[in-house]
Amino acid sequence: MAGRPRLAVLKFTSCDGCQLSLLDCEDELLAIAGALEIANFAEASREVAPGPYDLALVEGSITTAHDAERIRQVRRESSVLVTIGACATAGGIQALRNWADVEEFTRYVYATPEHISTLDRSTPVHDHVTVDFELRGCPISKRQLLEVVNAFLNRRRPVIPTFAVCVECKRAGVPCVMVAEGTPCLGPVTQAGCGALCPSYRRGCFGCFGPMESSNAASLSNRWQELGAGSRELVDAFRSYNAYAEPFREAADAH
Amino acid sequence: MPTERTIDVEYLARVEGEGSLKAVVRDGTVELVEFGIFEPPRFFEAFLRGRPYSDAPDITARICGICPVAYQMSSCHAMERAFGATVGEPWRSLRRLLYCGEWIESHVLHVFLLHAPDFLGYESAIHMAADHREAVEKALRLKKIGNEIVTVLGGREIHPINVRVGGFYSLARRRDLEAVPLDEALDLARWMVAFTASLPMPDVELDFDFVSLRHPDEYPLNEGRIVSTSGIDVANDEWDRAFVEEHVERSNALHSRTVDGGVYHVGPLARYAHNADRLSEEARRAGADTGLPAVVRNPFRSIVVRAVETVHAVGEAIRIADAYDDTVDPFVPIAPVAGTGAAGTEAPRGLLWHRYEVDGEGRITEARIVPPTAQNQLTMEADVRAVLEANLSLPDDELQWRLEQTIRNYDPCISCATHFLRLEIDRG
Repeated sequence: MAGRPRLAVLKFTSCDGCQLSLLDCEDELLAIAGALEIANFAEASREVAPGPYDLALVEGSITTAHDAERIRQVRRESSVLVTIGACATAGGIQALRNWADVEEFTRYVYATPEHISTLDRSTPVHDHVTVDFELRGCPISKRQLLEVVNAFLNRRRPVIPTFAVCVECKRAGVPCVMVAEGTPCLGPVTQAGCGALCPSYRRGCFGCFGPMESSNAASLSNRWQELGAGSRELVDAFRSYNAYAEPFREAADAH
Repeated sequence: MPTERTIDVEYLARVEGEGSLKAVVRDGTVELVEFGIFEPPRFFEAFLRGRPYSDAPDITARICGICPVAYQMSSCHAMERAFGATVGEPWRSLRRLLYCGEWIESHVLHVFLLHAPDFLGYESAIHMAADHREAVEKALRLKKIGNEIVTVLGGREIHPINVRVGGFYSLARRRDLEAVPLDEALDLARWMVAFTASLPMPDVELDFDFVSLRHPDEYPLNEGRIVSTSGIDVANDEWDRAFVEEHVERSNALHSRTVDGGVYHVGPLARYAHNADRLSEEARRAGADTGLPAVVRNPFRSIVVRAVETVHAVGEAIRIADAYDDTVDPFVPIAPVAGTGAAGTEAPRGLLWHRYEVDGEGRITEARIVPPTAQNQLTMEADVRAVLEANLSLPDDELQWRLEQTIRNYDPCISCATHFLRLEIDRG
C-alpha cells in the first residue's frame, strides 16, 4: 500500500465536531482509509506518524502562543493545508473574546486566572500561515468534506459554492422565511453549504457558514430593522460563530 | 540503586480533545499520577453573559461536537425552569427521542472507534477493520442510524439547528422518522452487547461513589433527582448542597468532589448502578444474557454497559417513534421573566449540569456549566493509580497502553471539561 497520500487531521481550539465529521462519514470511512494513509489523526488512532503530510485538515482557531508556533510547524510539514470549520476559518464562537477584556473573562471562569495562558484574540489559521483551501461551517458539511478529499485525490480544486443560502432555498423550494413570515434571516449574506437547513425548519439562518463573497450586510441590516430588530439584535446576530470574519465583524461594529 | 519509571503520554489519542497522562513509579511505588488537560480555554460562561436566553442551546452545543444534544437539553431545561414554563408531551418524548439518537451515535463511536481497539490490541478501528471488517461495518451502520435520528429531529447530526427553549422550531415529519431503520438498529445493538461482552476483560474491581440522575419511572435522560451511592439525593437546583469544586495545587485543575470530600463517578456505570431496574425489558435481558451484574465495579466493563444502554436507547426510540404524532404545535410559547434555573441531564458520558440567571429582558446574567469529564477527573486518576499498582510487572509500552485504556473507560470529553477547568497550560 506504499505511495498512498499521507493524511493528518489536527486540532487547535475547537469542539472536535469538524474532525468528527470525518468519522461521521459512516459509508465512506473505510474507503477513505484505503485511499489515504491516516498518518496523524489522534482522535481516531494512537499511532501517530511524523510529517511530512500530503494533506493536513486543520480544525480550530489559534488562541495560545504555543499554537501560533505549532500551526507554522504544521504548514512547514504539509503540502496541502485545508482549514475546516468556523473556528479554523474565522476564529469560531470563542472569538467573542476579541471584543472583551480577556482578563475579566479569565477571572469569571477560572479560580486561578494567573495559571491561564491564552492570547487576547482567537484568530483564524489564515492570519498565521498560508492556507490552500478553507471549508466553512459550524460544523462543516460532511458532503463538502468528502468533496475536498475527493478533489485532493484527483488533483483538482474542490467544487464548493460561494453563493448565498438564498440560492439553496430557491433550489429546494423552501419558502423565504423573511418574506413569508417576517423572520429575520442571515441567509442573504451567508455562504451556502448547509442545504438551507434553518429555513427548511422555519427558522432564520444564523450564519454558521460565514459570510458569502461580496455580501451586502448593510442592506440586510436595514431590512432587519424594518422587521423590528434593534441594534443589539443585529450585533448579536453578526457576532456569533463567524463573528471575526471581516464582513460580519464590520456589520456588527456598524451598530 | 533506586529505580524510576516514568510513563508520559503527551497527547492522549482516541479521546475527544487534548489531554495528557503522566505517571511516576519509584522503587515499585506509584509516586505520581496526573491526568492533564492542555486544551485551551474557550470562556463559554463568560461570553454567554448578555446574550439572549434563546442563544443558550445553540451556543453551548458548540462546547462539544460529540454531545451537542446534551448541551441543548440541559440548557433548554434550565431556561424553562428559570421561566417557570412547563414543556410536557409530546415535546418531552421528542426530546427523549433526539437524546436517544445522540446516545446511540456517541456510544457506538466510543465503543467501536475509540475503545474496542484497546481490548483487541489495535491502534485504531481502521487497523481493527483489517481483521474485523464485518464488526466495524456493523458498528458504522448502527452509528449511522443513531445519527439519522438526530438528523431527522434536529436537522443535522453535529450541532442540530432545530432545538429551541420550549420545544422545536418545526416538527419532523412522521414519514421521515418511519424511514429510519430502527428495527435493524435493535438487532445491531443486541449484537453490540454480545460483541463487547466477548472482549478480553482486564480483571479489576473498584469502589465507586456513583452519581447520576434517578427518575421515578424511566431510565434517566432529561429528568430526575441527583443521587449517589453515598446517599446524596437532591433536586437539580440544590447542586451546591451536594458538590464542591476543589482547587488542587499539583495540577491546577478544579476537581469536583462531594461536599464531604469524596471522589465520585458519573457516566454509564453510575446510571446503570442506580437505574438498572428502569431499563427496558430488552436491554435488561441483553445484559443478563452476558452475565452482567446489577452493579458493575470493573470500569473496563463500562464498554458492555454502554452497549446495554444502546439497546435501551434504540428500544425507547422505537416506542416514541411508534406513538409520534406530527400534527401538534412544534413548541410551547415562552415568556421570559427574571429568574434562575438549573438542570442536569445525562450526556452519554455522564451528568451534565447547567445553571443560568436571566434578567427581565431574557438576557443571561450568570452562567455555570459542569460537564461530566470535569467531574470524573479524580476518579480517572484513582483508577489509573489502581491499575498501575496492579500491573507494575508489565513492560513500559504495554503498561502505557493499559493506562490509556483506563482513561478511555470514561469516554472523556476534554473539550467539554476545559472551558471550566482551572487548568495550567504548561506544555514545556
